[in-house]
Order: sequence, then structure tokens, then C-alpha cells
Amino acid sequence: MKSIVNYFKEIFFGLKSLVTGLRVTGHYFTHPKEIITQQYPENRETLKMFERFRGEVVLLHNENNEHKCTGCSACEVACPNGTIEIIHKRVDVDGRKVKALDTFVYHLQMCTMCGLCIPACPTDAIVMANTFEHAVFDRSKLTKVLNNPGSKIMDGIK
Amino acid sequence: MKWLYDFSYLTHAIHKGLSERFEPGTVVILEMVMVGVAFMLLFAVLGLVLVYAERKVSAVIQQRLGPMRVGKWGTAQTLADVVKLLLKEPLINKDADRFLFNLAPFVIMIAAFMAIAALPFAKGLHAIDFDIGILYIAAVSSLGVIGILLAGWSSNNKYSLIGAMRSGAQIISYELSVALSLLTIVVLTGSLQLSVIVESQADGWWIFKGHIPAMIAFLIFLIASTAETNRGPFDLAEAESELTAGFHTEYSGLKFAFFFLAEFANMFIVAGIGATVFLGGWMPFHIGTWEGFNAVMDFIPPIVWFFGKVGFMIFLMMWFRWTFPRLRIDQLLTLEWKYLLPINLMNIVLMAFLSLMGWHF
Repeated sequence: MKSIVNYFKEIFFGLKSLVTGLRVTGHYFTHPKEIITQQYPENRETLKMFERFRGEVVLLHNENNEHKCTGCSACEVACPNGTIEIIHKRVDVDGRKVKALDTFVYHLQMCTMCGLCIPACPTDAIVMANTFEHAVFDRSKLTKVLNNPGSKIMDGIK
Repeated sequence: MKWLYDFSYLTHAIHKGLSERFEPGTVVILEMVMVGVAFMLLFAVLGLVLVYAERKVSAVIQQRLGPMRVGKWGTAQTLADVVKLLLKEPLINKDADRFLFNLAPFVIMIAAFMAIAALPFAKGLHAIDFDIGILYIAAVSSLGVIGILLAGWSSNNKYSLIGAMRSGAQIISYELSVALSLLTIVVLTGSLQLSVIVESQADGWWIFKGHIPAMIAFLIFLIASTAETNRGPFDLAEAESELTAGFHTEYSGLKFAFFFLAEFANMFIVAGIGATVFLGGWMPFHIGTWEGFNAVMDFIPPIVWFFGKVGFMIFLMMWFRWTFPRLRIDQLLTLEWKYLLPINLMNIVLMAFLSLMGWHF
């Protein structure tokens, strides 16, 4: 008797789970607004990349052409592929020589967009931008210098 | 416009016109050619429309857009695919059995043509009205498996052979359930003739008139017929993931297109049988003796009703395919022999009892 009850129970639970699945796909079928496909080249003007997309590393500059990078090389150490190269210089601050950023070299062709450099930065100088059109005709263009020419460190950042 | 509601006016006019010009023997041959060309055209159009529909339905269910580039909303995509398939090189591998290899796609298509001949499309639009229509369709629709077995065997490829064997086991098993679920309704109609079955649903479709057992039979028919057409979640014969493409691994070009077309043609046929037996075929939706309502429903031509119902059945099958995970071969056979078949047999007894007591509408 128990096996017969179990037999029918199994059928009803099976049908119930099938209906649950059908409801999920039926919901998607009746709600075409939930389609996530982007028709990329056509909607290039209106396409808004979502916030957490990791496209490339940028060094933030404020309106006075100042950045927050101290040239500490923490990002260079954190990078698993050797994408970032920090070249520093020594500057005079109050009569003593202090390490500072000379050139922030970023090799985009080696970057896997893992984002490990962002939390490694002690002064939050770099962020991930959500640009994604990186194709160029010459691979030398992929090696970028991130600090603007003539930029200097913000006051009070050590 | 009278012919739109009763196609026998049109067919009789054609027959009369031909009889005046030709001898009786020539008339028969000409009419057969006309019917054959009509079915070929129907299959070609069905292939185009259903492949597009399948891709769009699956896309929306998976939150995608599907084909969008060729033509407005991708409507010309299947035409482009057909051109691509026609231009492809037909390959035959070295050790294949060339005769059987070339024969297999035609066997499948012939089985599909034989089955569709007995379907009533609208009032008076019916190629052959057998008095044993359901038996004929049940017999003929299982012929397609011979084509699949031939394709698998002649390819001289272990994956093709495994796929073909699975397909054989599957169709032999599920054929029983399809036939038994149709028999459940035959208990009520008392006739195997498809035109009589359609006429008997003038005051309500069997799925409503036969209430509980008819609905169980409809459910079993849906499951078993999906399995019979080798469609997902029962697409073990193709099994892209473990058997590359099963029985049609070695096929390319036009012969592959035949297999592809046969799958969609079989889907249409199975949906057509289901719509005819359970949902009233071309019969409009009638409720008992509500004269006004029935008159409004009669205004819609029968052929629209038939294709609407078939479209609904096909949508159900597509919904199943893109929702459910695939079964393993042992689960497939368990489902048939331990669940569907016993339930089906009990259901027939229940339906016979209901019919005897007059508890149906």
C-alpha cells in the first residue's frame, strides 16, 4: 500500500516541479522586456555600460591636473601579469628626497581586467573604467601612459 | 467566400473542371500530382516558419533576441540558411554504405508525407479520409524510425549507430503511449475515422467533454508525442553533448536538410493529430447550445482554427523543449514503462467506465 502511495506521490511531485520550471520560462516568454541582449553596433549611441563592468585601468585626475598616485608600486606588485609598470623619480620636499610618480605605464594588451590593482592601491588613485572599445590597428598603441603630462600629486597624499 | 468555410466546393469545382477536359485516369493522376505538390509546398513553408519560430521562442525564453540581422526581425534568416545548405558539399564518408546512406533521408520524408495525407485541415480539405485514420497514422508515423536506423547503420560511425539504436528503443516504447492515449478518445467517438472524430466535437471538444480522463490522455499524448518526434527533452537520438549529432552526424548539405525538415514536419503532424483528436481539429470552439456565441465562432474559417490549434500545440512542445533538462536513456524507458503505460491503461478503463455510465458530456 505504501509503495502505491509513494508511486502517485512521485508523479505529483514530478509534475509540480515541471510546472515550476514552466512558470519560470513562461514568465520570460511573456516578459520580453527582460531580454538582456544588446544590439551593439546599432545602439552604440544609447548603450550604457553597467557600473561594475571592468574595462581598463585609469588614473583619476582632478580639474587641477592632480592625481593621488604616490608611486608606491603596490599595484605593480599586485598585478599577476606585469601589466603595470611604475617608473619613479625623486623629488625635493622640504629639503629631503621623496619617491614620487614619474610615469604610470599600463600595458593594456596584457591586462585580464582582474581588478586586483584597485584594492591594492593605498590611496585609491586608480579605478576601473567601463569603456570597452579597445581595438586599435597598431599594438604599440596598447601601451598607455596613464598620468597626464605635467600632472602632479595632490596635496596631503602620502 | 463560401469555399473558405467548406473546401469541398473548391475541390469539387477543380474536379469538375478537370473531368471536362481529360479522361478519368488522367484526372486521377493530375489530382494526385496537385495534392503532392501542395504537401511539398506546405512542408517547405512549414520548415521555414517553424525553424524561425523555434529560434525566436527559444531566444525569448532564454532572455535573448534570436536572429535579428537578416531582414526585419531576422525573418529572412531561415531563407539564408536554406541557401547555405543547398550550396554545401554533400559528403559521404569512405566506408559508408552508399545506397542506404542516400536512401535514409528519403525514407524519413516519405513517412512524413504518408502521415500528413490523412490529416483533415479544414472542412472538405482532406487528402484521404480513411475509415481507420487513427490506426493508419499510428502505423505510418512510426515508419520514420526506419529512416533513422538506416542513417545510423549506413554511416559506419559508432556515434551514429548508438543514436539510431536509442531512437529505435525510444520510438518503439512511446508509440504505445501515443496510440493508447488516442484510443482513450476513440472509446468516446466509437470511430477511427478522423472526419467523424472532428464532426463529433461540434458541441464541444473532447478534452472538455471527456473531462478528467481526457485531460490525462492529452497530457500523456503531449509527453509521448514529443518523445516520438525525437525532440527535447527526449532528444537522445541526437544528443549533441555525447553523440555529436547522433544519427545525422555524417550527413551534410541537402540530405542533412531533409532530416532537419522531417523533424519539423513530424512535429507539425503530431501537433495536428493532437489538435484533431483532443482539441476538435478544424471545428470552431462551441459551447453546448449557446447559439449566439457559436455563430460568432463559426465566422472564423475552419482552416484558421486548425492552424491556430496546431500552432498552440507546437508552442507547447517548444516550451517543453526549452524548459526541461534532457532525460538519460534509462530514465526515458522508466518513464514510459513504469509510469505512462500503466497510467494510460488505467485511464482507458476509467474512460470506458465513464462512457458506459454516460458521465461525459
